[in-house]
Amino acid sequence: MKTWVRQHRQAFVSALARLRRTTSLFSVFVIGVALSLPAGGYALLAGLSDVAARITPEPQVSVFLTTEAAEEDTKATLAALKADVRVASVQFVPRESALKSLAEVQGMREVIDALGANPLPDAFLVRLKEPAEEAFVAKAAGLPGVAHVQADTAWAARLAALTGIARLVVWALAAVLGAGLVAVTFNTIGLQVLTQREEIEVLKLIGATDAFIHRPFYYLGLLQGLMGGLVALAIVWVGLALLNTEAAPLAASYGSDFRFPGLTPGDAAAIAIFAALIGWLGAYLSVRRRLAEAEPGRK
Amino acid sequence: MVSFSAVAKRYPGGLTALHDATFSIDAGELVFVTGRSGAGKSTLLKLIPAIERPTTGTVIVGGQNVGALKRSAVPYLRRNIGLVFQDQKLLYDRSVYDNVVLPLAFSGHSPREAARRARAALDKVGLLGRERANPIQLSGGEQQRLAIARAVVNRPAILIADEPTANLDAESALRIAEIFIAFHQVGVTVLIATHDETLVERYGRRVLQVEAGRVSELTRS
Repeated sequence: MKTWVRQHRQAFVSALARLRRTTSLFSVFVIGVALSLPAGGYALLAGLSDVAARITPEPQVSVFLTTEAAEEDTKATLAALKADVRVASVQFVPRESALKSLAEVQGMREVIDALGANPLPDAFLVRLKEPAEEAFVAKAAGLPGVAHVQADTAWAARLAALTGIARLVVWALAAVLGAGLVAVTFNTIGLQVLTQREEIEVLKLIGATDAFIHRPFYYLGLLQGLMGGLVALAIVWVGLALLNTEAAPLAASYGSDFRFPGLTPGDAAAIAIFAALIGWLGAYLSVRRRLAEAEPGRK
Repeated sequence: MVSFSAVAKRYPGGLTALHDATFSIDAGELVFVTGRSGAGKSTLLKLIPAIERPTTGTVIVGGQNVGALKRSAVPYLRRNIGLVFQDQKLLYDRSVYDNVVLPLAFSGHSPREAARRARAALDKVGLLGRERANPIQLSGGEQQRLAIARAVVNRPAILIADEPTANLDAESALRIAEIFIAFHQVGVTVLIATHDETLVERYGRRVLQVEAGRVSELTRS
């Protein structure tokens, strides 16, 4: 056990020494830049997902009446809505009240004044017990005096769907770049093996096992990937800080203090581990292929 | 200790370097392998630590059939065999000490024990005090002595040297030979491939002659 630990320590120290060489540092930078794309995308999506989660409330439907709807129609529709078992609550919004609310929106007062008459209809705000808007919308559309029914959560669902697609793109990007980075590490470690070919041949002649010879290269790949991951995290951190600086005035104009939250410690650790594993995999594939060529007696 | 039985070695491309070689070497023997360049001396020596595998026949080393040995078992066979080459195969980006201590890095010795053995090996070849030097700073004879120190630091049962004195002046060659004799005298089995007649004349108790891949015992008068 002591020997095993000592040999791993030796391999680690040897890998650290090799990491200082230019080609390895260059690879670290390449890995960092490449990984910062999916990592940054992930961080942005995490922020947007937060927003989507916050603004997706309980299922809500707006039922707009025609401007010509009679009072009997309004009462009948209200009664039908209240009688529906899917409905949690119904709030009547008179057209005057809707106009008043609209007028409070910046820049709308002039538009309303220009119109002269109130163009808005009476409406009901209906909160549903469960998200079953589509069936409810179809039924509500047939009630007396109803002109239009709108599921207010539909746009939030679309945002959630778009976020899902974007997340898929980020994962695909991570997979493709991950494969590319395995190739980068494969080449870097392959070059290291070539430059150390004489040493490897001597080690084999004097009785070193394959594991002893492979180990420093595995550590090198692992360290290279890990450092690349840390570079990626640094790039994402700086990028988000700059983005938040620029986005703060925009968010403030909407009365929001929204900021992209950045990566959680768990996310950051996952990215660093992912990068380290990519480095190790590239090293593993490269060493398996190249070291067979360094067998003594083989030309 | 070493036994060849009807061993042949054919390389890809058709070259047959060894034909029907049969001989055995007892533990503690000193054997010279002679013959012209290209006669098959190096191939014969390479078969012992499994650098090459026999095409036909059987090579037994320390009771192990080298031809049937799994790849993963080869390092453990080689740890029991000290190898010295004409071109030394030293690592020139490491110090003299680091070259010698290298075989102990994976054989389970504590750093203190490794240091003790490395210094003892360097002492035996007359290089104690040059530990921090780079091998490139050493003369040809010193580099060969360093290669011997590395070969013996693991205390192998067999010491194999392929043309160890080929590029050395007579005095250095003699000194190298004396080192091998000293190891032979403490019970190490020593095989030396050489075409240096002086060495063979002086120390050759047993000589294997290799000619065009055929091995024969040379009867000395």
